[in-house]
Amino acid sequence: MDFDDEGSNFELKEIQTLSGHTDRVWSLAWNPATGTDDAQPVIASCSGDKTVRIWERSALTRSWDCKAVLEETHTRTVRSCTWSPSGKLLATASFDATTAIWENVGGDFQCVSTLEGHENEVKSVSWNASESLLATCSRDKTVWIWEVMPGNEFECASVLQGHTQDVKMIKWHPTMDILFSCSYDNTIKVWAEDDTGDWHCIQTIGESSNGHSSTVWAISFNAGGDKMVTCSDDLTLKVWEADIEGMRSGNNQVLWKHLSTLSGYHDRTIFSVHWSREGIIASGAADDAIRFFVESKDSVVDGPSYRLLLKKEKAHDMDVNVVQWSPGQENRVMASASDDGTIKIWELATSSN
Amino acid sequence: MTLGLINANPIVHAKKERVARCEDSHCCDAVDPLDIYDFVRDIRDPEHPYSLEQLSVLSEESISVDDKLGRILITFTPTIQHCSMATVIGLCLRVKLQECFPPHYKVDIKVSPGSHADEEAVNKQLNDKERIAAALENPNLRQLVDECLYSNEL
Repeated sequence: MDFDDEGSNFELKEIQTLSGHTDRVWSLAWNPATGTDDAQPVIASCSGDKTVRIWERSALTRSWDCKAVLEETHTRTVRSCTWSPSGKLLATASFDATTAIWENVGGDFQCVSTLEGHENEVKSVSWNASESLLATCSRDKTVWIWEVMPGNEFECASVLQGHTQDVKMIKWHPTMDILFSCSYDNTIKVWAEDDTGDWHCIQTIGESSNGHSSTVWAISFNAGGDKMVTCSDDLTLKVWEADIEGMRSGNNQVLWKHLSTLSGYHDRTIFSVHWSREGIIASGAADDAIRFFVESKDSVVDGPSYRLLLKKEKAHDMDVNVVQWSPGQENRVMASASDDGTIKIWELATSSN
Repeated sequence: MTLGLINANPIVHAKKERVARCEDSHCCDAVDPLDIYDFVRDIRDPEHPYSLEQLSVLSEESISVDDKLGRILITFTPTIQHCSMATVIGLCLRVKLQECFPPHYKVDIKVSPGSHADEEAVNKQLNDKERIAAALENPNLRQLVDECLYSNEL
C-alpha cells in the first residue's frame, strides 16, 4: 500500500462515541474472532471505575451497544485487558495485584480463574500466539509467565527479574514465543526460553543502544513480525528491526537494532502505539491527539524513514490512553480510549482528488 | 509512616496578606496563576501543622500558566534536600487542582531546581499518571492527602 500518493487526503472520521464508564478508560481490545461476516465486532474496555465493559456492534443498526459490565471482581482500577487469540477468553490486569480470566458462557461473562502472585499493581497481560502461555507484568518489577493448562488452570512457569523499575507493558511476538517488556527504567527487554526450558533476558535495549531516555509505555509489532515500534515519555517513537529468519531458526542471539526515531511530532507523553496490518502506525498521547505515521519512500538515507500522515487534534477531551486498529475485515477502523471516560470508534478515510 | 519527622525544625514564615479576588474568576477562559496559588497555598504540610505557604514550600512564583497550550506548571521547594514527603506534596497539589480547575488543563509538577537530592527521580514520579492513580487508590496515602487538604476546614 503506497501512502505517498500525492492525490490522497486523509481524514479521521468519528463513527461513534461509547460512553458508560464512570472513570478514565485505560485500555481496550478488539476480539480477534469478530469483525467477520458471521461475527459482529466486539470490544472489551477497562477502567479506573474497576469494571470491564463488553461492547458489540449491532448487525441491524450498525450501532455499538454495551452488552455486559464485568464488575465486582477487581477491587481496584483495571489497567489492561486482552482477548486470547481464539477470542474465547479475556484476561484483565488490575491494580489489585491480580489478573482475572473471563469466559463467555452463553452470553454471560464469568470469571473462571484469578492469577495471584504479583506484589502490587499488575500493569499488562498478553497471550502468546498459540494460546499456550500468558504473561503479566507489574510495578513489582517482575514479569510472570503462566502456562495455560486444561480446565482454565494456570500455572506459574517463571518469574522474570531484571527490570529495575515498574514494568509498564509486555507483549508476545506475533508468531514466536519471544516476550518483550518495557519499563519505567527506560529499557525494553527481550525474553526467550533456552533448551532446558528456562526463560532468560536475551537482550536489553537501553539508552546506549539508541533506546529511550524515559519511561517506555508501549510496544507494537508490524504484520511481518520483523519490526516493532515503541513509544515513550521521552516524546519519541522508535522503530526497531530484527532478522526474522534468524529468529525462526531458533537463534536466540538475534538482536533487535534501532531503525528510526520519530521525534519532534509529540510534545507530551505518548501512552500508546499500534501498527496496523497495512503498515500505518497510530499513536495516542497526553495532548489529547491521535497521530498516524507511514513509511516514507522518499528517504535518501539508508533504510526506511517514517513521516506523519495525519494528526487528529482534540481526538478526545483528555489524554488518549490507548489506540487499537480493528483486526476485522473492514479496513482502517480504529478505536481509542481516554481519561475523559469514553471510547471512540474511528475510520481513517481518504478523499482522493 | 515514619516515626521521626523528616525535618523536625522547619522554618515558618508569616502568611502573606491576601488580596480579595474575583469570586468567579475561575469560570473565565484564562487561568490566573494567582487564582491557582489561592487554592493551593493553604494545603497543610504532611508533617507539620503549617501551610505550604508558611513553610515557603510554595510561593506566588511557584505557579506558571500557559493559556494557549492549556498548561499549568507548579514548582515547589521541599524544606530539606532529602525530603521523602515530596511525592505526597505532589499528590496533594494534583488532587486539589483536579477539584478546582478545568480538566483540559495539563498540570506538570516539579521540585524547584536544586532543591532535592533526587530531583530527576522525584520529578519523574510526580508526573507519571499511572503511578499517581495507583498511589491515590492506596487508602493510607489517600487519608494523608485528605488530611493535608481538608484539616483546615475542621
